[in-house]
This record gives sequence, C-alpha cells and structure tokens, in this order.
Amino acid sequence: MYDLAKTESAVEQKDTKISARNVQVYYGDSHAIKDVDVDIEDKTVTAFIGPSGCGKSTFLRCLNRMNDTIDICRVKGDILLDGEDIYDPKVDPVQLRAKVGMVFQKPNPFPKSIYDNIAYGPRIHGLAKNKADLDEIVEKSLRRGAIWEEVKDRLDAPGTGLSGGQQQRLCIARAVATEPEVLLMDEPCSALDPIATAQVEELIDELRQNYSVVIVTHSMQQAARVSQKTAFFHLGNLVEYGETGQIFTNPVDPRTESYITGRIG
Amino acid sequence: MPTFWLVVFLFALAAFGYIAGRARALHSAGGNARDLHSLPAYYGYNVSLTALVPALLVLAIWLLAQPLLVETQVSRMIPTDAIPENSTLGLVMSDVRRVAEGLDIAVEQNALTETEAGSIRTEFTDLRGRLGELGVALGSDVRPEVLKAAQRYRVINSTGHLLMTLVVGALALGGLAFSYLRTNKDFRARNVVERGVLALLVLAASLAILTTIGIVLSMFFETINFFKLHSWTDFFFGGTWAPNFRGDSELSILPLLWGTLYISFIALLVAVPVGLFAAVYLSEYAGSHVRAIAKPLLEILAGIPTIVYGLFALLTVGPALVSIFGRGSEGLLGVEWMAGATSVLTAGLVMGIMLIPFVSSLSDDIINAVPQAMRDGSLGLGATKSETVKQVVLPAALPGIVGAVLLAASRAIGETMIVVMGAGAIAKFSLNPLESMTTITTRIVSQLTGDTDFASPETLVAFALGITLFVLTLGLNILALYIVRKYREQYE
Ligand SMILES: Nc1ncnc2c1ncn2[C@@H]1O[C@H](COP(=O)(O)OP(=O)(O)O)[C@@H](O)[C@H]1O
Ligand SMILES: [Mg+2]
Repeated sequence: MYDLAKTESAVEQKDTKISARNVQVYYGDSHAIKDVDVDIEDKTVTAFIGPSGCGKSTFLRCLNRMNDTIDICRVKGDILLDGEDIYDPKVDPVQLRAKVGMVFQKPNPFPKSIYDNIAYGPRIHGLAKNKADLDEIVEKSLRRGAIWEEVKDRLDAPGTGLSGGQQQRLCIARAVATEPEVLLMDEPCSALDPIATAQVEELIDELRQNYSVVIVTHSMQQAARVSQKTAFFHLGNLVEYGETGQIFTNPVDPRTESYITGRIG
Repeated sequence: MPTFWLVVFLFALAAFGYIAGRARALHSAGGNARDLHSLPAYYGYNVSLTALVPALLVLAIWLLAQPLLVETQVSRMIPTDAIPENSTLGLVMSDVRRVAEGLDIAVEQNALTETEAGSIRTEFTDLRGRLGELGVALGSDVRPEVLKAAQRYRVINSTGHLLMTLVVGALALGGLAFSYLRTNKDFRARNVVERGVLALLVLAASLAILTTIGIVLSMFFETINFFKLHSWTDFFFGGTWAPNFRGDSELSILPLLWGTLYISFIALLVAVPVGLFAAVYLSEYAGSHVRAIAKPLLEILAGIPTIVYGLFALLTVGPALVSIFGRGSEGLLGVEWMAGATSVLTAGLVMGIMLIPFVSSLSDDIINAVPQAMRDGSLGLGATKSETVKQVVLPAALPGIVGAVLLAASRAIGETMIVVMGAGAIAKFSLNPLESMTTITTRIVSQLTGDTDFASPETLVAFALGITLFVLTLGLNILALYIVRKYREQYE
C-alpha cells in the first residue's frame, strides 16, 4: 500500500509553503489549538487526521483566515505563507483567501448555473480579460475538476441540480478556477459514495502537480492513499507529524499508534 | 339561577368529579396506584371533563341561539299595521326589548311584582312614567302592542332560561355519573383523556375557520344585495366615485383602487429598500451585541398602533411636506405644488415607515435560512462580505424576499388608519403624488359612519368594496405563501 522509498525521495526536495509556529486558537475561553508548529510543503498532499473535535478544522481554517468570520475565535502565533505573516495587519484576508482556496465538507454550490459557479472567483478577482478568456478558464477548471465531460453540454443548468459527487467536484473546480497556490480541503469526501470518493482522490493526486494540498480526513485509508505527509492531532495538540508511510507503519508517539490501530477515536 | 351561578356550579361539579374519580380509581385498585391502567390523575380528569365539557358546549350554543329564537317568536306578534310610517320592524323590536328590560328592572327593585309585570296594561297605568322613575328612559309612550310583545318576550325568555338551567345541569350530572361509574382500575382513562384533548383542539381550530367563513359569507350576502341595487358594470368598470345620499350615485371602485395601489406603491418604495438593507445589516454585519439591541428596537416599531402612525402623518409628515413643496415663496422650494397636508406622498411615506419592521423581520428570517455553507463557499474564494451578500446570499434568498414584499403589499393595501388620516378624501385618477387621493379602506369607513341606512346602495357599496379588498389581499397572501414555501423546500 505504501510505496515508501519513492514518496520519501520525492518529498525531500520540496520547499516549505506554509510554516506555522506556536499557534494557539481560542473560542472564547476554550483553548482549541495548543502550541502547534508545522511546516507544510509545496506540491505535496498533507493529511490532518485525529479524533473528532481535536481541532483539525480549526487549524485548517487558520491557514486562510476563515476563522476571522467567527466572532469569538482568536488566533495567536505566527503563520507564514511563503515567508510572509498572513496575520499581519497589512495582509488583506480577502486577497489571502484567493491564494489559499478552500473546499468544504458538504458540497456547497451556489444557486447559480454551473458556468457561473466556476466563473464566480475569476469574475470577482478580474482574472479574465473578456468572455472568451472566461470561457477558457471555466473549461480548464472543469477539466481539472474531472467533471468537464459530464457537464459540458449543460453549463447553463443550475449547479445545485448535480449529484453529490458531481457537486463536490464542481466545488473543487470552482476553488481551482481562482488559481490558488494552496488548496485546503475539510473532509471533502465525507458526504460522498465510494465511487465519487475515488474520483475526488484521483483528482487530489493530480492537483499535487501544481498546488500544495491540505486535506482533513477521518478515513485513515484515505490519508494513506492520497497524502505524502500526515499530521496527527489530539485534543488540540499536534502529536506527530511526518512522512505518511512512517506515521502509519512506525509511529513514534503511543497516542498515534492507539489512534491508528483504532483504540482512540 | 343566573347563568353566572350555573357556570360556577359546573366548575364546582368538575372539581368534585376530579376528586371523586381519582378516589374511586385508587379504591378499585386497593390503594395501589401501580395496578391502575393510567396515572390516578387521568381518572380524575376523565370524570371532570365528561361532566364539564358537554354541559359548557350546550350552554354556549343555547346562549347564542335563544335570543334569535325569541326574536322571531315575538316579532311575529307585531302586526304590520302596528309599525309606524317612518319606522321598521327592527326599530319596534328594539322598543320591545327596552320595555322588557325596564320591566325586569322594575321587578328586581320591587317596584312591581312578577304578576303585575305580566298583567299590567298601558290603558290603566302610565308605564313610561313609572319606568322613568326607575331610571329606564323610553323614547315615547308605550303602545299596547309593544307592551304585550314585551311581556311575551319576558315569558319566553324566562322559560327558556329555566329550561336551559335544567338541561345543562342534567347533562353535567349525567356526564359525571356516567364516567364515575365507568371508572375502575382497568379503564383506559389516559387514552380517553387523550381523545378528549384532541377533540377540544379540533373544536378550537374549526371555530377559527368557521368564523372566517362566517365573515366572508355575511359580506357576500350584503354584496349581493348591493348588486341588486347597483349595476356591477358601473362598480367594476366605471370611472367615477360620487356617492350621493339622495340616490343616483356613481359608485365605481377603479378610482379608489388607483389611490390604494398608488399609496401602497410609494409605501413599498420606502419600506422595501430600507427594510431589506436593515435586514442585511442585522443578519450579516451586526455583531451579536448590536443585534441583541437593534432587532427588538426595530420590532417595537411593528407594535405601534396604526392610529399613532396616522397622527404622525397628519401632524408631522404632512405639514413638513407642505413646507417643502407648498406655501409658494414662503416654502423651502418656493413652489406651490401642495395645498394641504393630506396627500398620496404623506400617506405613502408614513405607511412605508410602518412596513419597515415588517419587511426587515421577514427578510431577516429568510436571509438567516440561507445556509452558512453558502457564505463560507463565497468567502473561501476570496469574495468580500458585500460581494457575498450581493451575489450569493440575496440571489439565494430572492424568492423568499419576493414573498415578504408581497405580504407587505397586502398589508399596505388593507391598511386603514394611516390613509384615513393622511391620504385625503378625493377619489380621482392622478399621477401627482402631492395631491389628495382616497383609498378603498377610507371609503369603507366613510360610507359606514354617520347616519346609515342599510338598504341604500351608498351604504351597501362598503361591503362590495370590502369583499373586493378581501379577495385582492387573499390572492396576494396565497401567492406570497406559495413562493415562500417553495423557497423553504429548496434548503430542506
Ligand atoms: N464556532 C465554534 N465556536 C465554538 N467552539 C468551536 C467552534 N468550532 C469548533 N469549536 C470547538 O473547537 C474544538 C475543535 O473543533 P474542530 O476544529 O471542528 O474539530 P475537528 O474538525 O477536528 O472535528 C471542538 O472542541 C469544538 O467544540
Ligand atoms: Mg471538522
């Protein structure tokens, strides 16, 4: 299942894309993320695993400042994207989110046509010079989302009319259309059936060519299949972070081992 | 026994039934509540409800029906030639009731004995004088037919009352005995009480529906009377509203409908943008503290009686508009466009203010129903808050908002006090919002106030106007509810 030698040698030369140091997150008085240090590499799939409520989503949402939309949430520590602090007052969170895209647990297409769903980001950020340009972006993104063949004849149909798996691939295509550098995915397959899941996983593997992908997942098989690096969270702490193969075959921390063998979770 | 004591008796009986039923159930189980089918209290409820509910229902129906029956019985006694020239049977009957009341008071104060009251004759006694001493003033001398009718009225009434007391009392005692005897430890009191509760609820619901039907029917019959006296083509398609109590009026709804729709349109022009923006602010931008204060404040506006808005229109908004658009060289703009304080604009503005909380609170609910995932999706793509609102939240909420606007429109069309005080009384087709105009509701009020004769088309037209208004707002409401419901399904 794990092709260790190959992934390890492939990972070693990668640059650090996001570097988090000493990150603390509070919801009101409750301390949801404690002292997390992590380096996320470019052109790599990083998986976040851990039991429910351990803070995977919370940490993921720190990486594109989506936590700003929650009133009671406070983030401390440093998170650097390409060496720049994303929580610096000079940084515009709106611009940041165009660079660090996000795909959510439940497919959430807008109540618009398939075309307009994909064109949403490019229009907002002025990525297309004209209609032909926009058409091209839409087609390219839908192809990257592995859904072009299924929808190319009905781009005017509402995005909400697709099946769950198609909707999720549409959302991935929508996120890809703004040309992000990092793609965050919060349990993107939890609402999908096995076939749709396989399609999305294949897609994630392709996205790795261009992006740094961070995926939260509850399925350890999925983490093992798609990721090169894995981070294990437990009760708000980052317990262990390393090569996926090593985490799954030879974990250092006893908590990681218990989780992987199914004793906590 | 006066009805009050009858009701007290029923409730006392019910209380007694509760205790007795509970005790009997416990006794049949040898004092061990666990052997009972239901909790002991259910046996008590069962007995007291069977004693109380049927008796109360019969009492209520009897109290409603008896006056009607007595009226018809007694009015048959009055010969047609006994009705004076310029009077009607209705007026004579109200004399009869007054005299009967007077006799009742006289008996109560021992000025007359019961037999005297039944046998007294106007030929021998100055009844008007004697009743006058007791504080019952009569408009004219009591005529013999009226007195006889009044005496008959009293007799039937008191027999009816006696009969009612007997029937209701017997029913209560019978219910009590029946259910008391049925009570034993295996009796399924809980299930019976459940069915009883269900029946009560159904009764309440059907009462509400029946009243609505009753209201519509009564309007409907009066409307038919109107169309017997006045041509329906003039009413629906004519162009002039000129009621004339000497007859020969032109009674057409179109000019009134125009005024109504024009004022409602201006009201919506004010209420929809302001209400919608307020809702967007409250649901998307305001922090929880601001929201906790601003939302109730806005909803207080909705609780202000419309007559207060009417005063505001008459005393503040109207004069303010006049000082802007009127008074010639003394006015703010130096123009002479507006003569009086009442105008379409005055009423429309104030009605718009009234509708703001209505629109904003409905829209707020609808905007909140848009799933958070939708906003996250947009924000996650790097959209700003206002881009998200404009391009994702509002389009998603649009059908619901349209529904809210239609509901607001139907309130505007039916609104009365503000237009009575702010719009004026002139029925005409005009596009100038600074002129006085009048609406359907205002005309209904004015046709029915003052001296009215319910046989003339000038009065009956109010019912035709009313039912048209009803149909109009009903249609709008149904459309709005349909749209809102359809929208709800989308996110379930
Ligand atoms: N919006 C929020 N408000 C308050 N507490 C929250 C909120 N979101 C998450 N939490 C808390 O933060 C902790 C981590 O949650 P989360 O990051 O969603 O966990 P995971 O995604 O790993 O299941 C949990 O204890 C949760 O209750
Ligand atoms: Mg989560």
